[in-house]
Amino acid sequence: MSHQLEISALSKTFPTPHGPLVVVRDFNLHLEKGEFVCLIGHSGCGKSTVLSMVAGLSEPDDNAGGIILAGRELSGPGPDRGVVFQSPSLLPWLTAFDNVLLGVDQVFYTASAGERRQIAEYYLTVVGLGDALHKRPTELSQGMRQRVGIARAFALSPRMLLLDEPFGMLDSLTRMELQQVLVDLWTRNHLTALMVTHDVDEALFLADRIVMMTNGPEATVGDILKVPFPRPRDRKALLEDPEFYRLRAELIEFLEVRAYTLKGQQPPAPKPPVPPNSPAASSYTPPRQDRAVLPTQVETLA
Amino acid sequence: MKRFRLDALILPLIGFALVIAAWYVSSATWAKELPSPSKTWEASRDYVLKPFEKRGEMDQGILRFTWYSLQLVAKGYFLALVIGTPIGFLLGLSATFTRIFDPIIQILRPVSPLAWLPLGLVLFMGAGKSASELGALFTIAICSMWPTVLNTAVGVRAVPQDYLNVARVLKLSRTKTLFKVLIPATLPYMFTGFRLSLGIAWLVIVAAEMLTGRPGVGGFLWQEYNALVYEHIILCILTIGFVGFGLDRLMSVIEGRFKTG
Repeated sequence: MSHQLEISALSKTFPTPHGPLVVVRDFNLHLEKGEFVCLIGHSGCGKSTVLSMVAGLSEPDDNAGGIILAGRELSGPGPDRGVVFQSPSLLPWLTAFDNVLLGVDQVFYTASAGERRQIAEYYLTVVGLGDALHKRPTELSQGMRQRVGIARAFALSPRMLLLDEPFGMLDSLTRMELQQVLVDLWTRNHLTALMVTHDVDEALFLADRIVMMTNGPEATVGDILKVPFPRPRDRKALLEDPEFYRLRAELIEFLEVRAYTLKGQQPPAPKPPVPPNSPAASSYTPPRQDRAVLPTQVETLA
Repeated sequence: MKRFRLDALILPLIGFALVIAAWYVSSATWAKELPSPSKTWEASRDYVLKPFEKRGEMDQGILRFTWYSLQLVAKGYFLALVIGTPIGFLLGLSATFTRIFDPIIQILRPVSPLAWLPLGLVLFMGAGKSASELGALFTIAICSMWPTVLNTAVGVRAVPQDYLNVARVLKLSRTKTLFKVLIPATLPYMFTGFRLSLGIAWLVIVAAEMLTGRPGVGGFLWQEYNALVYEHIILCILTIGFVGFGLDRLMSVIEGRFKTG
């Protein structure tokens, strides 16, 4: 077996007041070394649950398959997987540099202090924060904070990268910038990467394969789409490629219809179009930026 | 803006003036034994204007007394922090520890210093000359510990899961997690506890000195009550108030420094 990551027959059940809830059932996925895979699906379908099990932050059900990374069965979290969280999760009392160094010190404990500092500085410079090394998270914009989060994950030289909707909180311009930062870094190291997103365009720009998850509960792999665009990818060229729109339509069709029908569920009826001047048209509120995650919530976030 | 600044100065002064007026009227009408403000000042002038003079064991400048009191408070308060902070961490980290000790803490917490002090004196009866000091320290520590204990526990429980996940993903050791994540994340709560504890420690000092007769602001107050020099009671009350206020301000400044965004 030469897969870098093998997820086999993975299931996750949460106890609820109304009895056990099977969030993910029999999830199978193999990632090749150096492959970038995106996981898309409806919010709440269990994408993040899968990711957090790979990260070791939550335990799969007993006797229900397992996760093998580079030939070794995973148990518990560890710095061999670089995780980029949805909120940057920087420690606010440490500078950007010290946040990255905390992980570097942990992984490269045999290296000299000078070398470790060099590693932290290198990755922060690569993500474009060479001038902001010694700023604290509160002095950085949301996008810059997530750059630190990316630098922190890469600086561990992990066996693979796990990204949990890392750009979900950013405005679309910053999001595109950071996607580029991520691709650039990934191109240097060719780390195996698994990323959860619900942004179809993002998935098409970044991924080699896109794994579509069916609707929850008991979510699983619905379909897998190969993304044929050669690398390095140019966003502009991509947007002019009719193939891009064909794949995009396929993904959206999956999310709107097949995510449900594959499970024998009825897709939700399409909403009637909203007249442009009605109050509902402008009622969109951006997601809250500072999400306080309570211990009990963290595992149910999907 | 200018009007606002003026208000900030004038409005509190109005408050002071009203209280002094009420004091004056009371001393002139229904509370004949209460010294008037001017009489109080006359009797206290020596103590205020020569604040560090020592004329006798129980006849010293007011700041000299304050200094004795502060020293005792500092020791007791230090003891409270050293004991209270780890207890707070244990409460915050372990549900079992909380189940075992929370009820007893809730029962001991409201007990008055006046009740603890005799027990403290009994506890350290064998210590001879320093019995009264040890008893006072015991009382200050046990009374002022609770806000530190409870706030630290709340702070530990409030550490965002995100930070703990970072620690888990990086596989930080227990010690490293404690010093690199838990303690810094809890500091703002801890300092709120420290500030409240200091306030209580200063409250307790008076009771402790009164009952043990130690030289200090509280001891002086009680002695002058027995000596019928009522002016000095008021002097002591004002001193205690100002010092307490000052300590609280000081702690607020320190606390503000640890507020992480």
